[in-house]
Amino acid sequence: MARNKRAIPEINAGSMADIAFLLLIFYLVTTTMDTDKGINRKLPPIEDELVQDPPPIKERNIFTVLVNSNDQLLVEDEYLEINELRAKAMEFIDNNGDGSCEYCKGYGVSSSSDNPVKAVISLQNDRGTSYGMYVKVQNELVAAYEDLRERYAEEEYGRSYRGMDPEEDEEIIKEIKNAYQQKISEAEPLNIGG
Amino acid sequence: MAVIKKKKDKALPAVNTSALPDIVFMLLFFFMVATVMREVDLKVSVNKPQATEIQKLERKSLVTYIYAGSPRAKYQDKFGKTPRIQLNDAFASIDDLQPFVVQEREAKAEEDRPMMTMSIKADKTVKMGLISDIKLELRKAQAYKINYSSLQPKDAEALYSSDN
Repeated sequence: MARNKRAIPEINAGSMADIAFLLLIFYLVTTTMDTDKGINRKLPPIEDELVQDPPPIKERNIFTVLVNSNDQLLVEDEYLEINELRAKAMEFIDNNGDGSCEYCKGYGVSSSSDNPVKAVISLQNDRGTSYGMYVKVQNELVAAYEDLRERYAEEEYGRSYRGMDPEEDEEIIKEIKNAYQQKISEAEPLNIGG
Repeated sequence: MAVIKKKKDKALPAVNTSALPDIVFMLLFFFMVATVMREVDLKVSVNKPQATEIQKLERKSLVTYIYAGSPRAKYQDKFGKTPRIQLNDAFASIDDLQPFVVQEREAKAEEDRPMMTMSIKADKTVKMGLISDIKLELRKAQAYKINYSSLQPKDAEALYSSDN
Protein backbone atom coordinates (compact mmCIF):
# COMPACT_ATOMS: atom_id res chain seq x y z
CA MET A 1 0.00 0.00 0.00
CA ALA A 2 1.13 3.45 -0.74
CA ARG A 3 0.63 4.81 2.77
CA ASN A 4 2.97 2.33 4.44
CA LYS A 5 5.81 3.16 2.17
CA ARG A 6 6.08 6.67 3.48
CA ALA A 7 9.23 7.12 5.57
CA ILE A 8 8.67 7.60 9.30
CA PRO A 9 9.91 11.04 10.31
CA GLU A 10 12.83 11.01 12.73
CA ILE A 11 11.99 11.82 16.35
CA ASN A 12 13.34 15.15 17.37
CA ALA A 13 15.89 14.50 20.11
CA GLY A 14 16.96 18.09 20.50
CA SER A 15 15.33 18.51 23.91
CA MET A 16 16.78 15.29 25.29
CA ALA A 17 19.72 17.23 26.71
CA ASP A 18 17.34 19.61 28.46
CA ILE A 19 15.49 16.76 30.12
CA ALA A 20 18.73 15.12 31.20
CA PHE A 21 19.99 18.42 32.59
CA LEU A 22 16.80 18.82 34.56
CA LEU A 23 17.20 15.40 36.15
CA LEU A 24 20.87 16.04 36.79
CA ILE A 25 20.15 19.28 38.63
CA PHE A 26 17.43 17.59 40.66
CA TYR A 27 19.93 14.96 41.85
CA LEU A 28 22.58 17.57 42.53
CA VAL A 29 20.22 19.46 44.81
CA THR A 30 18.53 16.64 46.72
CA THR A 31 21.46 14.34 47.42
CA THR A 32 24.63 14.54 49.48
CA MET A 33 27.93 12.93 48.91
CA ASP A 34 29.43 12.94 52.40
CA THR A 35 30.35 9.52 53.67
CA ASP A 36 29.90 8.99 57.33
CA LYS A 37 32.96 8.24 59.34
CA GLY A 38 33.59 8.05 63.02
CA ILE A 39 35.06 6.22 65.97
CA ASN A 40 33.23 2.96 66.61
CA ARG A 41 32.62 2.13 70.25
CA LYS A 42 30.58 -0.37 72.16
CA LEU A 43 28.58 0.58 75.23
CA PRO A 44 28.45 -1.76 78.20
CA PRO A 45 25.07 -3.27 79.02
CA ILE A 46 23.28 -2.12 82.15
CA GLU A 47 23.64 -4.76 84.81
CA ASP A 48 20.60 -5.40 86.96
CA GLU A 49 22.48 -6.51 89.99
CA LEU A 50 25.94 -5.27 90.73
CA VAL A 51 28.59 -7.93 90.69
CA GLN A 52 29.17 -8.85 94.30
CA ASP A 53 32.86 -9.50 94.12
CA PRO A 54 34.40 -7.81 91.14
CA PRO A 55 37.64 -9.56 90.27
CA PRO A 56 40.46 -7.57 91.82
CA ILE A 57 42.62 -5.62 89.41
CA LYS A 58 46.02 -4.54 90.61
CA GLU A 59 46.53 -0.83 90.82
CA ARG A 60 49.54 -1.04 88.51
CA ASN A 61 47.41 -2.56 85.77
CA ILE A 62 45.06 0.40 85.64
CA PHE A 63 45.92 3.47 83.61
CA THR A 64 43.68 6.26 84.83
CA VAL A 65 42.79 9.13 82.55
CA LEU A 66 40.76 11.96 84.04
CA VAL A 67 39.40 14.90 82.07
CA ASN A 68 38.02 17.87 83.99
CA SER A 69 35.49 20.49 82.97
CA ASN A 70 38.25 22.78 81.67
CA ASP A 71 39.34 20.04 79.24
CA GLN A 72 42.54 19.38 81.16
CA LEU A 73 44.02 15.92 81.42
CA LEU A 74 45.20 14.13 84.53
CA VAL A 75 46.93 10.90 83.59
CA GLU A 76 48.28 8.63 86.36
CA ASP A 77 48.17 11.60 88.79
CA GLU A 78 50.17 13.74 86.42
CA TYR A 79 49.14 16.74 84.36
CA LEU A 80 49.54 15.94 80.66
CA GLU A 81 49.00 17.58 77.28
CA ILE A 82 46.80 15.79 74.77
CA ASN A 83 49.66 15.22 72.32
CA GLU A 84 51.65 13.33 74.98
CA LEU A 85 48.81 10.95 75.83
CA ARG A 86 49.34 8.46 73.02
CA ALA A 87 53.02 7.81 73.85
CA LYS A 88 52.22 7.52 77.55
CA ALA A 89 49.42 5.03 76.93
CA MET A 90 51.59 2.97 74.60
CA GLU A 91 54.34 2.87 77.21
CA PHE A 92 51.84 1.61 79.76
CA ILE A 93 50.28 -1.11 77.57
CA ASP A 94 53.63 -2.29 76.28
CA ASN A 95 55.38 -2.25 79.67
CA ASN A 96 55.56 -6.04 80.15
CA GLY A 97 56.22 -5.93 83.90
CA ASP A 98 56.04 -9.70 84.48
CA GLY A 99 58.02 -10.60 81.36
CA SER A 100 55.32 -12.93 79.96
CA CYS A 101 54.86 -10.96 76.73
CA GLU A 102 57.45 -11.92 74.14
CA TYR A 103 56.68 -9.27 71.54
CA CYS A 104 56.55 -6.34 73.95
CA LYS A 105 59.27 -3.72 73.94
CA GLY A 106 58.45 -2.00 77.22
CA TYR A 107 60.86 -1.12 79.98
CA GLY A 108 59.39 -3.58 82.48
CA VAL A 109 58.87 -0.92 85.13
CA SER A 110 57.46 -2.36 88.34
CA SER A 111 54.92 0.45 88.74
CA SER A 112 53.36 -0.07 85.31
CA SER A 113 51.29 -2.86 83.73
CA ASP A 114 52.13 -6.60 83.93
CA ASN A 115 51.32 -7.41 80.30
CA PRO A 116 48.99 -6.14 77.54
CA VAL A 117 46.27 -8.66 78.43
CA LYS A 118 46.03 -7.38 81.99
CA ALA A 119 46.41 -3.69 81.17
CA VAL A 120 43.18 -1.70 81.46
CA ILE A 121 42.69 1.93 80.60
CA SER A 122 40.17 3.68 82.78
CA LEU A 123 38.66 6.88 81.44
CA GLN A 124 36.59 9.29 83.44
CA ASN A 125 35.34 12.69 82.39
CA ASP A 126 33.33 15.48 83.92
CA ARG A 127 29.85 16.46 82.80
CA GLY A 128 31.38 19.78 81.81
CA THR A 129 34.04 18.28 79.54
CA SER A 130 33.52 19.30 75.93
CA TYR A 131 32.58 16.60 73.45
CA GLY A 132 35.47 17.64 71.19
CA MET A 133 37.97 16.94 73.97
CA TYR A 134 36.31 13.63 74.79
CA VAL A 135 36.58 12.47 71.18
CA LYS A 136 40.21 13.60 71.09
CA VAL A 137 41.04 11.54 74.20
CA GLN A 138 39.16 8.51 72.84
CA ASN A 139 41.00 8.92 69.57
CA GLU A 140 44.41 8.99 71.25
CA LEU A 141 43.66 5.90 73.34
CA VAL A 142 42.40 3.93 70.34
CA ALA A 143 45.39 5.17 68.35
CA ALA A 144 47.77 3.88 71.04
CA TYR A 145 46.39 0.36 70.57
CA GLU A 146 46.34 0.70 66.79
CA ASP A 147 49.98 1.85 66.73
CA LEU A 148 51.05 -1.12 68.83
CA ARG A 149 49.13 -3.49 66.56
CA GLU A 150 50.72 -1.86 63.56
CA ARG A 151 54.19 -2.45 65.01
CA TYR A 152 53.32 -6.05 65.86
CA ALA A 153 52.03 -6.71 62.33
CA GLU A 154 55.17 -5.22 60.80
CA GLU A 155 57.39 -7.44 62.89
CA GLU A 156 55.43 -10.70 62.70
CA TYR A 157 54.14 -10.53 59.15
CA GLY A 158 56.11 -7.72 57.54
CA ARG A 159 52.85 -6.09 56.53
CA SER A 160 50.88 -3.04 57.51
CA TYR A 161 48.01 -3.73 59.89
CA ARG A 162 45.98 -0.76 58.71
CA GLY A 163 46.30 -1.88 55.11
CA MET A 164 44.92 -5.37 55.70
CA ASP A 165 41.72 -6.57 54.10
CA PRO A 166 39.13 -7.42 56.80
CA GLU A 167 37.86 -10.43 54.86
CA GLU A 168 41.02 -11.80 53.32
CA ASP A 169 43.20 -11.51 56.43
CA GLU A 170 40.53 -12.30 58.99
CA GLU A 171 42.69 -14.79 60.91
CA ILE A 172 45.75 -12.55 61.02
CA ILE A 173 43.71 -9.56 62.18
CA LYS A 174 42.15 -11.69 64.89
CA GLU A 175 45.55 -12.76 66.09
CA ILE A 176 46.91 -9.22 66.13
CA LYS A 177 43.86 -7.94 67.96
CA ASN A 178 44.37 -10.69 70.48
CA ALA A 179 47.98 -9.69 71.03
CA TYR A 180 46.93 -6.17 71.98
CA GLN A 181 43.37 -6.36 73.26
CA GLN A 182 41.68 -3.02 73.49
CA LYS A 183 40.52 -2.55 77.04
CA ILE A 184 39.12 0.89 77.63
CA SER A 185 36.74 1.21 80.52
CA GLU A 186 34.58 4.27 81.02
CA ALA A 187 33.31 5.35 84.39
CA GLU A 188 30.17 7.36 84.97
CA PRO A 189 31.01 11.05 84.54
CA LEU A 190 31.58 13.23 87.56
CA ASN A 191 29.81 16.47 88.16
CA ILE A 192 32.28 18.74 89.86
CA GLY A 193 32.95 21.77 87.76
CA GLY A 194 29.39 21.86 86.37
CA MET B 1 50.74 34.23 -8.09
CA ALA B 2 48.77 32.10 -5.82
CA VAL B 3 45.32 33.31 -5.06
CA ILE B 4 44.16 33.15 -1.49
CA LYS B 5 40.59 31.99 -1.38
CA LYS B 6 38.23 34.22 0.48
CA LYS B 7 36.23 32.23 3.05
CA LYS B 8 34.29 35.13 4.42
CA ASP B 9 31.01 34.44 2.75
CA LYS B 10 30.96 30.80 3.81
CA ALA B 11 28.71 30.19 6.86
CA LEU B 12 30.26 28.60 9.94
CA PRO B 13 28.93 25.02 10.32
CA ALA B 14 26.86 24.46 13.47
CA VAL B 15 28.63 22.62 16.31
CA ASN B 16 27.44 19.05 16.48
CA THR B 17 25.57 18.69 19.79
CA SER B 18 24.13 15.25 19.25
CA ALA B 19 26.48 13.77 21.88
CA LEU B 20 25.45 16.30 24.52
CA PRO B 21 22.59 14.19 25.95
CA ASP B 22 24.99 11.27 26.29
CA ILE B 23 27.44 13.35 28.29
CA VAL B 24 24.73 14.73 30.52
CA PHE B 25 23.26 11.28 31.09
CA MET B 26 26.69 10.02 32.04
CA LEU B 27 26.98 12.78 34.65
CA LEU B 28 23.47 12.02 35.83
CA PHE B 29 24.19 8.34 36.35
CA PHE B 30 27.41 9.18 38.16
CA PHE B 31 25.55 11.37 40.64
CA MET B 32 22.75 8.86 41.05
CA VAL B 33 25.22 6.16 42.01
CA ALA B 34 27.71 8.16 44.05
CA THR B 35 25.35 10.17 46.24
CA VAL B 36 22.62 9.45 48.73
CA MET B 37 19.40 11.28 49.49
CA ARG B 38 19.70 13.95 52.12
CA GLU B 39 18.25 12.37 55.25
CA VAL B 40 17.09 15.24 57.36
CA ASP B 41 16.88 18.96 57.54
CA LEU B 42 19.40 19.91 60.22
CA LYS B 43 17.94 22.14 62.89
CA VAL B 44 20.99 22.13 65.13
CA SER B 45 24.42 23.30 64.07
CA VAL B 46 26.88 20.43 64.08
CA ASN B 47 30.57 21.14 63.84
CA LYS B 48 32.04 17.66 64.07
CA PRO B 49 35.18 16.93 66.09
CA GLN B 50 38.30 15.64 64.38
CA ALA B 51 39.82 12.20 64.83
CA THR B 52 42.25 9.93 63.01
CA GLU B 53 41.14 6.45 64.11
CA ILE B 54 37.89 6.58 62.20
CA GLN B 55 36.06 3.87 60.35
CA LYS B 56 33.63 4.20 57.52
CA LEU B 57 30.03 3.36 58.30
CA GLU B 58 29.04 0.59 55.97
CA ARG B 59 25.41 -0.05 55.05
CA LYS B 60 23.56 3.17 55.64
CA SER B 61 20.30 1.33 56.20
CA LEU B 62 21.61 0.06 59.54
CA VAL B 63 22.61 3.47 60.83
CA THR B 64 20.38 5.69 62.92
CA TYR B 65 21.44 9.25 63.58
CA ILE B 66 21.23 11.32 66.72
CA TYR B 67 22.10 14.98 66.33
CA ALA B 68 23.14 17.22 69.20
CA GLY B 69 24.11 20.86 69.18
CA SER B 70 22.89 24.42 69.59
CA PRO B 71 19.77 25.27 67.59
CA ARG B 72 20.48 27.13 64.38
CA ALA B 73 20.12 30.92 64.24
CA LYS B 74 16.59 30.88 62.84
CA TYR B 75 15.31 28.63 65.64
CA GLN B 76 17.12 30.41 68.43
CA ASP B 77 14.36 32.87 69.36
CA LYS B 78 12.06 29.93 69.96
CA PHE B 79 14.36 27.29 71.40
CA GLY B 80 17.26 29.30 72.84
CA LYS B 81 20.92 28.52 72.51
CA THR B 82 21.26 25.58 74.89
CA PRO B 83 22.39 22.45 73.04
CA ARG B 84 19.50 20.15 72.17
CA ILE B 85 18.92 16.78 70.60
CA GLN B 86 17.41 16.38 67.18
CA LEU B 87 15.83 13.11 66.09
CA ASN B 88 14.63 12.83 62.50
CA ASP B 89 13.28 16.25 61.61
CA ALA B 90 12.33 17.59 65.01
CA PHE B 91 13.83 18.71 68.29
CA ALA B 92 13.50 16.09 70.97
CA SER B 93 14.03 15.73 74.67
CA ILE B 94 16.12 13.05 76.30
CA ASP B 95 12.97 11.07 77.21
CA ASP B 96 12.06 10.67 73.53
CA LEU B 97 15.27 8.83 72.81
CA GLN B 98 14.30 5.41 74.11
CA PRO B 99 10.99 5.14 72.19
CA PHE B 100 12.80 6.46 69.13
CA VAL B 101 15.42 3.71 69.28
CA VAL B 102 12.74 1.04 69.78
CA GLN B 103 10.75 2.39 66.86
CA GLU B 104 13.82 2.49 64.61
CA ARG B 105 14.72 -1.05 65.59
CA GLU B 106 11.20 -2.29 64.84
CA ALA B 107 11.43 -0.76 61.38
CA LYS B 108 14.47 -2.85 60.50
CA ALA B 109 14.55 -6.42 59.29
CA GLU B 110 14.80 -9.02 62.03
CA GLU B 111 18.26 -10.24 61.08
CA ASP B 112 19.64 -6.71 60.85
CA ARG B 113 18.54 -5.61 64.31
CA PRO B 114 21.66 -6.69 66.22
CA MET B 115 23.82 -4.83 63.73
CA MET B 116 22.04 -1.53 64.19
CA THR B 117 24.49 1.32 64.83
CA MET B 118 23.66 4.61 66.48
CA SER B 119 25.69 7.42 65.02
CA ILE B 120 26.08 10.35 67.39
CA LYS B 121 26.60 13.51 65.41
CA ALA B 122 27.35 16.11 68.01
CA ASP B 123 28.95 19.51 67.94
CA LYS B 124 32.37 19.58 69.53
CA THR B 125 31.36 22.33 71.96
CA VAL B 126 28.51 20.27 73.43
CA LYS B 127 29.16 19.35 77.05
CA MET B 128 29.64 15.72 77.96
CA GLY B 129 26.68 15.88 80.34
CA LEU B 130 24.28 15.75 77.39
CA ILE B 131 26.28 13.07 75.60
CA SER B 132 26.42 10.96 78.78
CA ASP B 133 22.64 11.23 79.10
CA ILE B 134 22.28 10.07 75.49
CA LYS B 135 24.64 7.16 76.14
CA LEU B 136 22.71 6.13 79.24
CA GLU B 137 19.41 6.17 77.33
CA LEU B 138 20.96 4.10 74.55
CA ARG B 139 22.16 1.57 77.07
CA LYS B 140 18.65 1.39 78.54
CA ALA B 141 17.28 0.85 75.04
CA GLN B 142 19.89 -1.86 74.46
CA ALA B 143 21.50 -0.08 71.54
CA TYR B 144 25.12 -0.76 72.34
CA LYS B 145 26.83 -0.15 69.02
CA ILE B 146 27.61 3.50 68.69
CA ASN B 147 29.75 5.68 66.49
CA TYR B 148 31.10 9.12 67.31
CA SER B 149 30.87 10.88 63.98
CA SER B 150 34.13 12.72 63.27
CA LEU B 151 36.12 14.26 60.47
CA GLN B 152 39.56 13.36 59.24
CA PRO B 153 41.96 16.17 60.22
CA LYS B 154 44.20 17.74 57.59
CA ASP B 155 47.36 17.17 59.62
CA ALA B 156 48.53 16.33 63.12
CA GLU B 157 48.80 19.98 64.03
CA ALA B 158 45.10 20.52 63.38
CA LEU B 159 44.30 17.51 65.56
CA TYR B 160 46.02 18.85 68.66
CA SER B 161 45.19 22.53 68.29
CA SER B 162 43.15 23.93 71.14
CA ASP B 163 40.33 25.31 68.97
CA ASN B 164 39.52 21.83 67.72
